[in-house]
Amino acid sequence: MMKSRKGTLLNLFYVGLVLLFLYSPIALLIYRSFDFGGDNVFAAYKDFFMNTAAKEALENSIIIAIISACVATVIGTAAAVGISKYKSRRAKSAVMLITSIPMTSPDIVMAVSLVLLFGLVFAIVNVNDFLGFWTLLISHITFEIPYVLLSVLPKINQMDENLPQAAMDLGCKPLKAFFKVELPAIKTGVLTGFFMAFTLSIDDFVISRFTAGSYNTLPLFIYSAARKGIPDYIYALSTIIFVGVLLVLILKNFISSKDIYSKVRGKKKR
Amino acid sequence: MNNVLLRLKDISVKFDNEQILDNVSLEICDKEFVTLLGPSGCGKTTTLRIIAGFISPDKGEVYFDNALMNNVPPHKRPVNTIFQKYALFPNLNVYENVAFGLRVKKASEDEIRRTVHDMLSMVNLLGFEKRDISTLSGGQQQRVAIARALAVGPRVLLLDEPLGALDLKLRKDMQVELKNIQQRMGITFIYVTHDQEEALSMSDRVVVMNDGVIQQIGTPEDIYNEPINAFVADFIGESNIVDGVMLEDYKASFSGHVFECLDKGFKNGEAVDVVVRPEDVDVVSPEEGMLRGIVTSVTFKGVHFEIIVDIGGFKWMIQTTDFQPVGANIGLYIEPDAIHIMKKSEYSGIYGDYSSYSEDFDNLSNAGEELEDE
Repeated sequence: MMKSRKGTLLNLFYVGLVLLFLYSPIALLIYRSFDFGGDNVFAAYKDFFMNTAAKEALENSIIIAIISACVATVIGTAAAVGISKYKSRRAKSAVMLITSIPMTSPDIVMAVSLVLLFGLVFAIVNVNDFLGFWTLLISHITFEIPYVLLSVLPKINQMDENLPQAAMDLGCKPLKAFFKVELPAIKTGVLTGFFMAFTLSIDDFVISRFTAGSYNTLPLFIYSAARKGIPDYIYALSTIIFVGVLLVLILKNFISSKDIYSKVRGKKKR
Repeated sequence: MNNVLLRLKDISVKFDNEQILDNVSLEICDKEFVTLLGPSGCGKTTTLRIIAGFISPDKGEVYFDNALMNNVPPHKRPVNTIFQKYALFPNLNVYENVAFGLRVKKASEDEIRRTVHDMLSMVNLLGFEKRDISTLSGGQQQRVAIARALAVGPRVLLLDEPLGALDLKLRKDMQVELKNIQQRMGITFIYVTHDQEEALSMSDRVVVMNDGVIQQIGTPEDIYNEPINAFVADFIGESNIVDGVMLEDYKASFSGHVFECLDKGFKNGEAVDVVVRPEDVDVVSPEEGMLRGIVTSVTFKGVHFEIIVDIGGFKWMIQTTDFQPVGANIGLYIEPDAIHIMKKSEYSGIYGDYSSYSEDFDNLSNAGEELEDE
């Protein structure tokens, strides 16, 4: 008894320590974003909303994140469905390996090689000032695809492989069978992939730094603003991002748990 | 019964250089219950998928009502499939699963309601309309799969080992029910199984397959009483298969004795395989017996005893209602109509000897044996 009690205490202490290290910086950040000494607690937030450059960067980031995540989800899901159709196990794992290498390689390598590629392509069409929205968007889509692929593939493997065939058997054309039967079955994987792509895009600095040109995203803006000492409104902005991403994560978990519960609740529907 | 509905002609399929089907030809009549029977890997499921249109053969043609079907995609074929693991749509409830095919066909809401009701009442699932698929038992899911496939009014229903996942009791009930449904709906069933008892008890005709080749096509009685080779004789029921010589018409010699039989048409002196079913051998006293042997094992099976008798080194299986102790010297008497003569084939000498026989082996390989000699 004594021993296990001691063990539990040690456990709690360890967990507490981990949580402290993980969350103390964020807690400090949130605390610093509020001006408890001054007359307006939300002064930093007010500063941020008055700062048009910061607001524009936030908008840009969200636009890039939404578009790139949508495109990456479509491409990644299609690729996952395609890969799952391979008969040969070796071909399957070869394709998987090739697609996951960009994910494990350092961002900086990705960034430099993307710039190199853009340079080459735009040299051919003889355009000079090419870095901007489109190159940034393409870059983000590129690094997001493997993540979508990896979250969709396990769902396809879990699915009864005869499902699409059963739908075709009952009169669906292949594409209709995919949307009516296969897509609902892998829905959670697709959504997870989308949210992962979205947060990765919002978060990205290294690749954006190289490929965005003069297009300003939030991480880029914060970096340049912080070079002359961190202004208070950056704390407010960081807090907003943190809360925003947290909400996205909660939403994602809510959707995937709802998917599990819908089996039970399904009885009440209709 | 005589008009051919579905015709396979010289179908061959290769996967990764492995011959899955080799020149398979088969004709299936309207309203017929045909079973494709064989061990796993014999090509029976592949044959079914070719009919459904999920696999296109390397060679050969599929005809439906005398129209070539090779290039018709699955969704346009007048056949429907019951898949091994049912493949019910997990995102839809029972009602919507059954209604699926009708909705794709854009049937009216009224017609859908009526058809789904009829189908669910046929498979005894009325009241389950709003249930989620994951809350159903295996047997109930099986019924939903049947209702879903029949709702679109197919002319041929393909069933891929549909009872494989059910327990023995439920399987027997579903066998009867499937046969009833087939007769009530008046459509063709093509049924794939590796369970010989299932095949014999349900089918109008049985197609025995092995190694991608059709071994024999016939009624269950034909297949059981007149197997064409050692493989079929061994796969369907228990068989003693011994080497013999056809001396002349109606006279065969095996195990050191000359027997009267009902077979003819072999060359005089031709080497043959002789099949004697365990239930067709009478146990008599050694003096009266045509063959004499020593009992090496006895197993009580309820309806009868299963005894293994050593006759000149070859172990015979005999089913008898009289107990014989191990070590007893007994005689065997075989009527002419109990002897079936087969031509030598590639399967000769592989099957039909009970030397390696043990009870464990019996339990594994023949769960449905006891019904057969009733």
